[in-house]
Amino acid sequence: MNKKMLSLPYLFWCVAFIIIPLIMVFYYGLTDKTGAFTLENIAAIATPEHSKALWFSLLLSLISTVICLLLAYPLAMILSKMQVNQHSFIVLIFILPMWMNFLLRTIAWQTLLEKSGVINTLLDFLHLPALEIINTPYAIVLGMVYNFLPFMVLPIYNSLTKIDNNVINAARDLGADSFKTFTRIILPLSLPGVISGITMVFVPALTTFVISTLLGGSKILLIGNVIEQEFTVTNNWHLGSGLSIVLMIFIIVNMVLSLVFDKEGEGNAL
Amino acid sequence: MKKFIALGLCLVTIVSTLTGCGSSGKYPNGKVYVYNWGEYIDPATIEMFEEETGIQVIYDEYETNETMYPKVEAGASNYDVVCPSDYMIQKMVDNDMLAELNWDNLPNATANIGASYYEQSRAFDPENKYSVPYCWGTVGILYNTTMVEEPVTSWSILWDEKYADSILMQDSVRDLFMVALKELGYSMNSTDEAELQEAKELLIAQKPLVQAYVVDQVRDKMIGNEAALGVIYSGEAIYTQRENPNLAYVIPEEGTNMWIDSWVILKDAENKENAEKFIDFMCRPDIALLNFEYITYSTPNDAARELIEDEDIRNSTIAFPDLSQYDNLETFSYLGEEADTLYNELWKEIKSYTSY
Repeated sequence: MNKKMLSLPYLFWCVAFIIIPLIMVFYYGLTDKTGAFTLENIAAIATPEHSKALWFSLLLSLISTVICLLLAYPLAMILSKMQVNQHSFIVLIFILPMWMNFLLRTIAWQTLLEKSGVINTLLDFLHLPALEIINTPYAIVLGMVYNFLPFMVLPIYNSLTKIDNNVINAARDLGADSFKTFTRIILPLSLPGVISGITMVFVPALTTFVISTLLGGSKILLIGNVIEQEFTVTNNWHLGSGLSIVLMIFIIVNMVLSLVFDKEGEGNAL
Repeated sequence: MKKFIALGLCLVTIVSTLTGCGSSGKYPNGKVYVYNWGEYIDPATIEMFEEETGIQVIYDEYETNETMYPKVEAGASNYDVVCPSDYMIQKMVDNDMLAELNWDNLPNATANIGASYYEQSRAFDPENKYSVPYCWGTVGILYNTTMVEEPVTSWSILWDEKYADSILMQDSVRDLFMVALKELGYSMNSTDEAELQEAKELLIAQKPLVQAYVVDQVRDKMIGNEAALGVIYSGEAIYTQRENPNLAYVIPEEGTNMWIDSWVILKDAENKENAEKFIDFMCRPDIALLNFEYITYSTPNDAARELIEDEDIRNSTIAFPDLSQYDNLETFSYLGEEADTLYNELWKEIKSYTSY
């Protein structure tokens, strides 16, 4: 009885801020302006503008996820091999930028990348060619990688520190070289961390609209931008909700994959 | 034990920040909820209003008319006073969202706002029942004289390949189409699908030359020498010239948008009297002057204009152009839901276009 009481606030939270909004999204997504049932809002994903935006979002978030993984895995390995007092300091340094607001960090990149921005002024001073990536997809990928990298590092780092050193020593005892130890022991055991890292980078990257507006100069339409516009500008909540449902399918596929691999719930370690 | 102390300290800071602004004793006369454009008021005037009247102002900002409308329509935020532009006021009147003003409570608005501005307001508020003009101006091209050598007279310079990646366009649907429709010689209130398709094609052709579609950032980017040409509201032009003397503003010869932003009170406003007090306070000459000097948007307040000390600004052709010179200035009108949808669809096509 007592324990049930303790879960009540969470239950309330869950219903008020997750279940009810979800029902509303489905209600709006599956009705038209008169309130009649329709699948039109979902089928609208097939129009050239929408499918292009979705395809582009998938592509950019996939690239960002791969880059994050390539950067994060070696970093997490280095971190996990450090002594206790050292690694907590490095992890702190890594989390420190997250204390600043996400929007401010992205706007800061705008100032850095601009034509007469900090980076280009420096390059110009050194007589190096200018870096012209602001308002292009490259800047968007950069923004995604920069903002979401910690979400990849931390789960991988957590799963790596959990590996029992004795297991690694046993592998070495039995004659495995360091490459084989990595591929046969460390990598499989850290897979749950990798999978939850992928989810935690891929999902926010797929749905972002702020990064593409700020670093893409509003010239590149991602699916997040389309949905945001439908709600804030066009005032067509039905279409916005319908497209959100389509986007949800991609997110759920990703979640199911991570549930299958991530049985120990590394994703909760944050 | 240490952990509990830390937790306690956290709670104390959170609770104290929450209660700090919740004291009601300071404002005996209730509240007024104001929803205005971003950076469109001198914050000092809000404090003065609160001090003089004892009414607390809850102040929020929006970036475009289109983002304001759904929020106000949804009614979740209880705003009393809003400051939309001409065509949006018409849309709100059409949808029965505005309250009629009681002019007896607005002595400053009747005395100080120039009669010609009320006359212009009749384009969207035919009987002057709903709106009090707050700011007005034109839309034109702001250019950097060190980067653009030829004289700028026409919108067509925004399609000149010489300035590729150095052009800033407005990131709001009607302002963007206005430029293309005027360049083509059509009315900026066009609802003709063929004309709009033509405008869309023109804007798609322009997209590879455009550096970015932005709203408020045109100002900072032009000051920072990021771009050579930008479409901008006249009110921003004076401010940008103050910060960067190389910038010049021009009203293109094909004509442009002449707009008015006006205070309105929402129909379901809970604090209508306070809202009227707020609007009237903003029409007081000294307050209107403070706001003009802060935001540099042209004021329709004739009494305030008289008080401007700097003669160059009082007679500036940017802030107060001689309107009799132009015969092709238009004011946006609300085009109805069907045309709105068409505009938005075409806009999406422009935004979704990429050359790769």
